[in-house]
Amino acid sequence: MYLTKEEERIYEGEEGWTKKKAMEILVAIGDINNASELIPIASAHMSGVSYKTIGDAFEFINRLEGRVNVKSTLNPMGMDRERWNEMNITKEFADKQTAVFTAYKNLGIAPVCTCIPYLLEAGAPQKGVHIAWSESSAVLYANSVLGARTNMEGAPSALAAALIGKTPFYGLHQTENRAPEIRICANCDLADSDYSALGFLIGELVGNRIPLIELPSVPSKDELKHLSAAIGATGSVGLYHIRGLTPEAWDIPTEKIVVEEGDVTKFYAVAEEADVIAIGCPHCSSLELQQIHKLLQVESKGRKVKRDFFIFTARAIKQRMQDLVIQIESYGVKVICDTCFVVSPAFEQYKCVLTNSGKMMRYVPLLCGGARVRLCKTEECVRAAF
Amino acid sequence: MKIKGRSISKGTATGKVLISKQKISFLGAVDPVTGIIVDKTLDIYGKSITDRILVFPGGKGSTVGSYVIYQLKKHGKSPCAMINRSSDTIVAAGAIIAEIPVVDSLEIDLIEAEQIKDDMEVLVNGTEGYIELP
Repeated sequence: MYLTKEEERIYEGEEGWTKKKAMEILVAIGDINNASELIPIASAHMSGVSYKTIGDAFEFINRLEGRVNVKSTLNPMGMDRERWNEMNITKEFADKQTAVFTAYKNLGIAPVCTCIPYLLEAGAPQKGVHIAWSESSAVLYANSVLGARTNMEGAPSALAAALIGKTPFYGLHQTENRAPEIRICANCDLADSDYSALGFLIGELVGNRIPLIELPSVPSKDELKHLSAAIGATGSVGLYHIRGLTPEAWDIPTEKIVVEEGDVTKFYAVAEEADVIAIGCPHCSSLELQQIHKLLQVESKGRKVKRDFFIFTARAIKQRMQDLVIQIESYGVKVICDTCFVVSPAFEQYKCVLTNSGKMMRYVPLLCGGARVRLCKTEECVRAAF
Repeated sequence: MKIKGRSISKGTATGKVLISKQKISFLGAVDPVTGIIVDKTLDIYGKSITDRILVFPGGKGSTVGSYVIYQLKKHGKSPCAMINRSSDTIVAAGAIIAEIPVVDSLEIDLIEAEQIKDDMEVLVNGTEGYIELP
């Protein structure tokens, strides 16, 4: 990979150990992927924030010095920063988690821990803009729905890109690698968590091929968020197109797979009774909070929830919706920020989780003490709480 | 005998070879505290990778695997160097932050080669991108 004189200097360590390490990572990844050069990025988003997932490797982050070069945000950590003592979190975990968070913050990364940076104020990248994001659901949303350009970065590569302000030019940064390779025709009505089921299925079907999805109706932003998250959970592709909707859906591949109603409804076949309800993977938008509040009003009939019910969202959204959150919590529901069911150690005691999230279907059994997952429409999740 | 390859992660180390013919997902495949392979589907299951020259096709799976490589180093249980058929971004980033030398794309594919066996002593020069067999 070609390096400018300035980049060479950093690679040789003339701007210190931190930038040298970051440049070494970018150069190795660039060489592995036959990148021609480094290109500037507009923002970076880092996974690897929860102490539950990165463990003592955070010492590496602690050793880093200086500041990031571009606007940077963090994925969810392992606890709510303000309410961790109301959660099932030990003091030891909280101390370690605070140290991880502080190490990132000291690098100039915004102290914002969410998997939906594209829904934050000024957080959505413009079409055609190069970024370096990890967190598969956000990568898929940014590439597919917004038309921004990022590869599926890992925790260290996104951090390296943030510190240098550049990323290797290969893969989904290049127009010729963004064309669809397989056509998926959904031959059924879809709403709400059906997009989680569809995404889960599409990820399994396409593997690393970019799909062009044909839908019978126009999904909402929240439905696109769930579709993105589920595709990212089961597939290894960082981009999809939706015919007539997303900004780059111009080609029509010849290979075609038809998805029928039964392919989607089979995801609802689990009949096991859930002992917890969790919504907010990816984090809830303001609109979803409003929707859940309305459902609570309808289903409550003067009662409080009788099962544990958690909603996960970004702190900025909770702050914006303060009054609504107070009303939601008056039903006995807990609205948690900065973290989520999967990356926090506080939710490992349950047997079966009710959710509208396809991403949770994949990761809860692996990372949350072997709990099972039952997929339901949001409305049924709320109804089951009473 | 010197075999040329490509530099992935800088540094130099000499040690005894441990060969796996399978790709390794570091998150879940190896215990970061003991350096023992715990993934039963791997051909090196139960073996220690500590202070070995780990020869394998490349990494796969979760990108958190990079931080597992770092944890191995921190606990003094990491391989002293790694040789890949073709390195992936998980192994590359993990090795760079843990400062473990890595070389890939050697002129001879060591995983299939006759002249290299487990426990043979090999030098890995990750800075210049070559290895030396006795």
